[in-house]
Amino acid sequence: MIELSHYLIISGILFSIGVVGVLRRKNLLMLFFATEIMLNAANIAFAATSSYYGDLSGQMFAFFIIAVAASEVAVGLGLLIVLYKKQGTLDLDNLVAMKG
Amino acid sequence: MESLVYVALFAPLVGSLFAALFGMSPKNLITGIATSALLFISWMASVLLLIHVAGNGAVSTTLMDWIGAGDLLIQFGFQVDAVTAVMMVVVTTVSTVVHVYSIGYMDHDKGFNRFFSYLSAFVFSMMILVMSDNFAGLFIGWEGVGVCSWLLIGFWYHKEDVSTDINPSISPSWAANEAFIMNRIADLGMLVGIFLIYWNTGSLTYDIFFASIPTMDDGLLVAIAIALFIGAMGKSAQFPLHTWLADAMEGPTPVSALIHAATMVTAGVYLVIRANPLYSHEAVEGVSLFIACLGTFVAMFAATMALVNRDLKRIIAYSTLSQLGYMFAAAGLGAYWVALFHLAAHAFFKALLFLGAGNVMHAMHDELDIFKMGGLSKVMKWTYIYMGLASLALAGIFPLAGFYSKDTILEVAINEDTYLIWFALWVTAGLTAFYSFRQVFLTFGGNERYKELGHHPHEMPNYVLIAMAPLAILAVIFGFVFMDSFQSFTSTVLPVYEMSHATHKIAWVFIILTTLIALSGIFYAYKKYGVGLIRDEKVEGSFVYKLLSNQYYIPKFYDSMFTKPYAEISDMLWKKVDLKIVDAVVDAIAKFIYFSGDKSRAMQTGNLSHYLNWMAVGVLLLAVIVSLSAVLG
Repeated sequence: MIELSHYLIISGILFSIGVVGVLRRKNLLMLFFATEIMLNAANIAFAATSSYYGDLSGQMFAFFIIAVAASEVAVGLGLLIVLYKKQGTLDLDNLVAMKG
Repeated sequence: MESLVYVALFAPLVGSLFAALFGMSPKNLITGIATSALLFISWMASVLLLIHVAGNGAVSTTLMDWIGAGDLLIQFGFQVDAVTAVMMVVVTTVSTVVHVYSIGYMDHDKGFNRFFSYLSAFVFSMMILVMSDNFAGLFIGWEGVGVCSWLLIGFWYHKEDVSTDINPSISPSWAANEAFIMNRIADLGMLVGIFLIYWNTGSLTYDIFFASIPTMDDGLLVAIAIALFIGAMGKSAQFPLHTWLADAMEGPTPVSALIHAATMVTAGVYLVIRANPLYSHEAVEGVSLFIACLGTFVAMFAATMALVNRDLKRIIAYSTLSQLGYMFAAAGLGAYWVALFHLAAHAFFKALLFLGAGNVMHAMHDELDIFKMGGLSKVMKWTYIYMGLASLALAGIFPLAGFYSKDTILEVAINEDTYLIWFALWVTAGLTAFYSFRQVFLTFGGNERYKELGHHPHEMPNYVLIAMAPLAILAVIFGFVFMDSFQSFTSTVLPVYEMSHATHKIAWVFIILTTLIALSGIFYAYKKYGVGLIRDEKVEGSFVYKLLSNQYYIPKFYDSMFTKPYAEISDMLWKKVDLKIVDAVVDAIAKFIYFSGDKSRAMQTGNLSHYLNWMAVGVLLLAVIVSLSAVLG
């Protein structure tokens, strides 16, 4: 029997994978993927708790997050393409124009 | 009548603000003319008020509520009674003359407009001082004249110290600060007095305070009387707070005439006269006697310093000090109207004397040493006449103003059976005659010593000489024309002072005695200096002469007793406390922030990955704090 805790554990594992990805990966595109994983981890948690309590607002929130993530990806990918055309790389170790 | 009160009060303020508009611009004659005209309007209003008060009694009016907090209600109230009316007329008369005179005197000065702004502001403050119907207003005027005095003594603040061989002069800014600080010391006493009054009567209005005097405790009355008199001592430069007055002569001469002879320095006398119900109360007898004794002492003390001084203006300054002593002697003995009468008479002839000295200074290119003058009567006839008249009045020669006022003070001393005071004042009358005429003869008579120094003296322009005429006329006629009417006029406010029959009978003996000593003083001065300056090495080397010319070494004593130790303590505190403790703590905080900033600067690598790592650390930290507080709280 799959219970709420299973969903939450999956959500937690996914979120942790996302965090590690954000912290460890050096490619900006990979960072994007990692943030998407984290957002979707949250979506799973929202949807699971929503169905557990029989309250639709959690699922509505998940839809909002999906919409926001989609628009974020649309804008972010555009920026990434411009950045790549300009710099020739998406490696964070080479993008240090703000070094203090 | 209320509108007249406001016209008299605010005309000088309007003039001052108008002149202030031109403060930073080059000389503009309109400021001098406008302020003088407004002062003249103020004078006319004062004279009309005087006439009104003589006919219909005191006028009082309230401009607005000033301070209202809880039970405290202080109003901007003005009261014009006989004493105030007299003071207003004296102040506006002298200041109108001085304003017109200054147009000529300050002709070439860069700060012409600024000067008139300050001068009119002074008159406004003085009017508040004399017109207020409560101690708070009096105090505001008191401080206002102090500030204007500071501004005007230090008017030539850019001047450096000029040292001459005998009479080391000090810089105007130093003199201004000295005057201001000494007055602050005295004002503390006055404030304590005002607080005591408020504390015990719940009001600062004169009438309410005077009405509650009979119900007040004797010790309290004595404390109030002493505290108020300390304030008066500072303003009127009584011993031991007298040194600032002579140093204040560094200011422009019209200022010396107006502020340091005729008006501001008499504010202390005015305060004692105004508070006469307090000072004539029997519990305060001791304080009053002390005032009389101190006044007598200062009269003689200052006159002796004037005997040997070589500085034209300082001689007159010491003479002012001496005459203020006479006023306090009269007020202390209970003869308030006599003190006020001497105040008015003195204002006229002393201002005239100062303005004359200003003419001489102008002619001699700011030379003040009377040993370097002589024979000026040939080129400066009118100034000679004016200063001669003023000196005769000061010496108390019949029938000039000084004769009536000073003689009455001596008569009061006899009437009160205080023979010692009489004797001291009598001797001082002789000294006064001597030093005034020593100065007149050294300046105007004898050989023309200035020629060796290459001066080409010239008389002042005619309008300046004409402007001085009212003072000269008043110095001559004030005594015999106004004395009786003055006495009856002021008797509406001040206690009537009658001489006993015994005094009346023998008064003529004392009049003759006083006139004799004054005449012999003049005669001795003529014998000694009439033909020219003959310097006597033996006299000048003597101990007494040195003591007197160094002002009893009091300035030096103050310097080594107060100024230098204070400077040393300040220096010590600066180096030990301020630098080592206060500054060190502030520096340590700044250094820590610098250090931490320097160290944490390494975080700014510009690498987004590093930033994200730091962000994760921060989030973790927050999570730890939140969970800790959840567990502990």
